[in-house]
Amino acid sequence: MIQHLPILQVIIPLLAAPICFILKEARLVRWFVLIANVMAFVISIMLLQQVNLHGTLVYSLGGWEAPVGIEYRIDELNAYLLILVTSISTITLMAAGKSLTKEIPESKITYFYIAYMLCLTGLLGIVTTGDAFNVFVFLEISSLASYTMIAMGNDRRSLWASYQYLIMGTIGATFILIGIGLMYMMTGTLNMYDLAERLPEVEHTKTVFTAFAFFLVGVCLKLALFPLHLWLPNAYAYAPSIATVFLAATATKVAIYVLLRFIFSVYGFEFSFSHLPLTEILVSLGLLGVIAASIVAIYQTNIKRLFAYSSVSQIGYMILGIGIGSKTGLTATMLHLFNHALMKSAIFLALAGVVYRVGSVNIKAFAGLGKQMPWTMAAIVVGGLSLIGVPLTVGFVSKWYLVLALLESNWWPIAVLVMIGSLLAIAYIWRLVEVAYFKPALQNNQSYKEAPLAILIPAWIFVIANIYFGIDTSFTVGVSEKTAELLFGGAR
Amino acid sequence: MNFLEQYNYWIVILLMMSGFYIVIAHGNLIKKLMGLTVFQTSVFILYISISKVIGGTAPILDDQYTVYSNPLPHVLILTAIVVGVATTALGLALAVRIKEAYGTVEEDVIQEKDLQQEGSAE
Repeated sequence: MIQHLPILQVIIPLLAAPICFILKEARLVRWFVLIANVMAFVISIMLLQQVNLHGTLVYSLGGWEAPVGIEYRIDELNAYLLILVTSISTITLMAAGKSLTKEIPESKITYFYIAYMLCLTGLLGIVTTGDAFNVFVFLEISSLASYTMIAMGNDRRSLWASYQYLIMGTIGATFILIGIGLMYMMTGTLNMYDLAERLPEVEHTKTVFTAFAFFLVGVCLKLALFPLHLWLPNAYAYAPSIATVFLAATATKVAIYVLLRFIFSVYGFEFSFSHLPLTEILVSLGLLGVIAASIVAIYQTNIKRLFAYSSVSQIGYMILGIGIGSKTGLTATMLHLFNHALMKSAIFLALAGVVYRVGSVNIKAFAGLGKQMPWTMAAIVVGGLSLIGVPLTVGFVSKWYLVLALLESNWWPIAVLVMIGSLLAIAYIWRLVEVAYFKPALQNNQSYKEAPLAILIPAWIFVIANIYFGIDTSFTVGVSEKTAELLFGGAR
Repeated sequence: MNFLEQYNYWIVILLMMSGFYIVIAHGNLIKKLMGLTVFQTSVFILYISISKVIGGTAPILDDQYTVYSNPLPHVLILTAIVVGVATTALGLALAVRIKEAYGTVEEDVIQEKDLQQEGSAE
């Protein structure tokens, strides 16, 4: 049992999806999915224990040893990411029951849960696998499932958003496929570990460069790096609230993991940063993303879209951290990856509560909500403060490390720009706060009650995590430093 | 190296670029999906031609033959074809529902209607 944990992590959500079909009844499915999620979460914790005890876990699928068979490899980076994904997905599901009944027709709820489980399968698969082609397959599983989830939104624009995401996402995935194909062409292997060993022999060929370029662009499309982010704002804005929480908190993070894995573990730091102008590309695009997306966010009237743009800018910070190419920079990226997941889950879950009561996320609908739904709005405000990077929230910790890394490399002008990015965040958060707390409720508005506890409690779990990890930083910083060291160690 | 010797790659590039062009240039959602399919197909051909060994036969176990193509990319591309079919099916299903919701499958008309909706919401 214990040695089969890596495959169980992926198989349980995968098998849960078709069983939902048989169960049919939405209420039954809801509990079943929650149980499967808790199981996945427990497995991820057991996996971390195993990794701490025995070091990197290697699991050969079907007993076929690599390079013939597919291999699952779990080191500390994977283990922590698995915990992040499964814990967020479990807590999000607690709120799903209430939120979905309001946003999706009764008959479709079961299908939503099926898509949710398949998306989770894909994300967990990407993180566990040690095989490059397997990454592509799981990426497509999670993408196809997320297109479906997005299209279930109750606004017709969700269909259009889903279609646009499908086109962009498929182009990205195909680019990844080309990249992997060219890597296979030069090395004759798909196993990441073998790739890392064999790529240096052929690293000066054009094919390897082309492979890297295709792969990089493909992954950057998936993680919505500016200017490849165009699919993201509408997809997040019109998807059902629960899908937004889940995708915003996990999907882009897993894409960043893929990027890190290939830049550092497969190609190696040497190749990525000295043969290619990767620093220049990532730092400039990351910064542009931070500034441009924050400015666009300020002008949004749809609050979900506002926070979607803010996601694009936060991804910019993470990419910036990678681009610095130092251990501190990478620590900042890892920290922000974890912290941003917490912030956005808190905010989007609270917004799900607003949608539940008010039925709209237009900024006008927020007038007076500060008094009517104090706990819900407080969750958004704390999440917002964290986005800005106010001390005692997690946002401060990751920004601190990012600025530290920039100063370490003597790039103080960029550090100043990062600060300006934070100021822009104040602008868009303030717009919301002003309307919610200082504008009187519209005359014809009936007064709204607090969001239901089923949504409020999960949201506040994230809010408290935001504050807790902002004060006690030893755990998150420790993990980030360890994983950054691991990635810099080159081949695992 | 002869220019035409590696004509298979030229075909791949040609298909890839024409598919990509259709996706970008056409406003019709169905045509976009067809372009996407052509784009994906070009990658299938890339994989298959990578595995070709000159003078080799199909990878069938037989005493007569010793030289045969690498079967692994063929298998990989079978998987990718399945993924491609699923993507196209989902895309077409979305196009059907967009047609139902908007009454059109033309990109510019949809965007116009979205703008109108956003304008009236404010």
